[in-house]
Amino acid sequence: MKKIQLPLTMEDRRSLRAGEQVLLSGVIYTARDAAHKRMKELLDAGAPLPFDLKDQIIYYVGPTQTPPGMTFGSAGPTTATRMDVYTPQLLDLGLAGMIGKGKRSDAVKQAIIRNQAVYFAAVGGAGALLGLRVKKAETIAFEDLQSEAIRRLEVEDFPVFVCFDSQGNDLYAEDFE
Amino acid sequence: MREIEVKEIQEIVRDCCSGIAFEYPDDVMAKLVTYAEKEDKPRAKQALALLMENAELARTKRLPICQDTGMAVVWLTIGQDVHFTGGSIKDAVNKGVEEAYQGSYLRNSVVSDPVFERKNTLTNTPAVIYTEIVEGDQVVIECAAKGFGSENCSRIKMCKPAEGVEGVRDFILETVKLAGPNACPPMVVGVGVGGTMDYAAYLAKRALVRPLDSENENEQYRQLERECLEQINQLNIGPMGLKGRTTALKVNIEWFPTHIAGMPVAVNINCHVTRHKKVVL
Repeated sequence: MKKIQLPLTMEDRRSLRAGEQVLLSGVIYTARDAAHKRMKELLDAGAPLPFDLKDQIIYYVGPTQTPPGMTFGSAGPTTATRMDVYTPQLLDLGLAGMIGKGKRSDAVKQAIIRNQAVYFAAVGGAGALLGLRVKKAETIAFEDLQSEAIRRLEVEDFPVFVCFDSQGNDLYAEDFE
Repeated sequence: MREIEVKEIQEIVRDCCSGIAFEYPDDVMAKLVTYAEKEDKPRAKQALALLMENAELARTKRLPICQDTGMAVVWLTIGQDVHFTGGSIKDAVNKGVEEAYQGSYLRNSVVSDPVFERKNTLTNTPAVIYTEIVEGDQVVIECAAKGFGSENCSRIKMCKPAEGVEGVRDFILETVKLAGPNACPPMVVGVGVGGTMDYAAYLAKRALVRPLDSENENEQYRQLERECLEQINQLNIGPMGLKGRTTALKVNIEWFPTHIAGMPVAVNINCHVTRHKKVVL
């Protein structure tokens, strides 16, 4: 299985193909509905975002509470579709990829191709397994959003499937085999 | 008259809600194992293998199977010869839910107001509570923890009677197709037909807590459950939409008499976790 060290280089972004299973290691940032809404408000106000998007990956996840003695809670992907309205702008600002589950809008797909980015799907409902691949976690913004705060995660061998690649191949397309 | 302390209900709800977050119900796990053995597409096999590994890790490391530990739905079927003592039964259920979600470090996923404030209640309450009064002096407590990736893919249609069984089947299949990868397949499909608009939706939710190794007692509905499942698994959606034969583990249909002018059909989708537990007191 292909292993990829983050941040995602332009070479990786261009070579990954829909359907491939890969293991990601390195830094990713968490954000879901409420954090996206706040990031949009910051951008509208001309304020800086909590982290530099360039070459980074956003993981759509709202983890459970971290039990005592553990590094992180259960942390599988949430449905990406709900973030569609925010995603093109973030991609245009340099975001290299997203990890989630579920369908994306045409606008997101076009922005992925335009920016040579990648949309990865993680296995929904595999929260324990995915949470255990998080080796370090730190809340960096919007702590009041609890589970929806933005966190910087260091992951190791985090299993994902390439779902929509920079060339426009779509794993979810009906004719994709 | 049998007296039951509401504290007892609270403890049962707490233990149910906590337990189902970490361990698949036996009926769901048995279906997953059966389908994993039959699946032959490589990506689908990989995804199912990850789910199996995840189930084992969740159980042994005490991390929830899925981070969406759901909104609690609790059914109380109460014998009319029962008298609850020691406080409000509704408060007891909500207290049980709160204790489970805080004590087991589950995710608080409930917001106070659906439209305006959307502020997390930080207790995962209120639960959705249904009560039914029946004969006797038993109390049956059923708990489900409903994830919203799949809940958001659920639909209802007021079909015309002339649409017949084809109309029901088409609506079920259309709903599953639209849900696709978003609902975390392999999914469990709960269907309610008949009654009124709201009652069909209620029956669809009830269908989701019926054991997956059961079939409808009525021959025609049993056939419909089987046919729908077979057709769903030919859609090539597969686990997590990665393609494959394993799109649904089971279709459960519940029905009720309805009006001469109508045929309500509700489809409530659940993910592969399908957390449910029943205790008879």
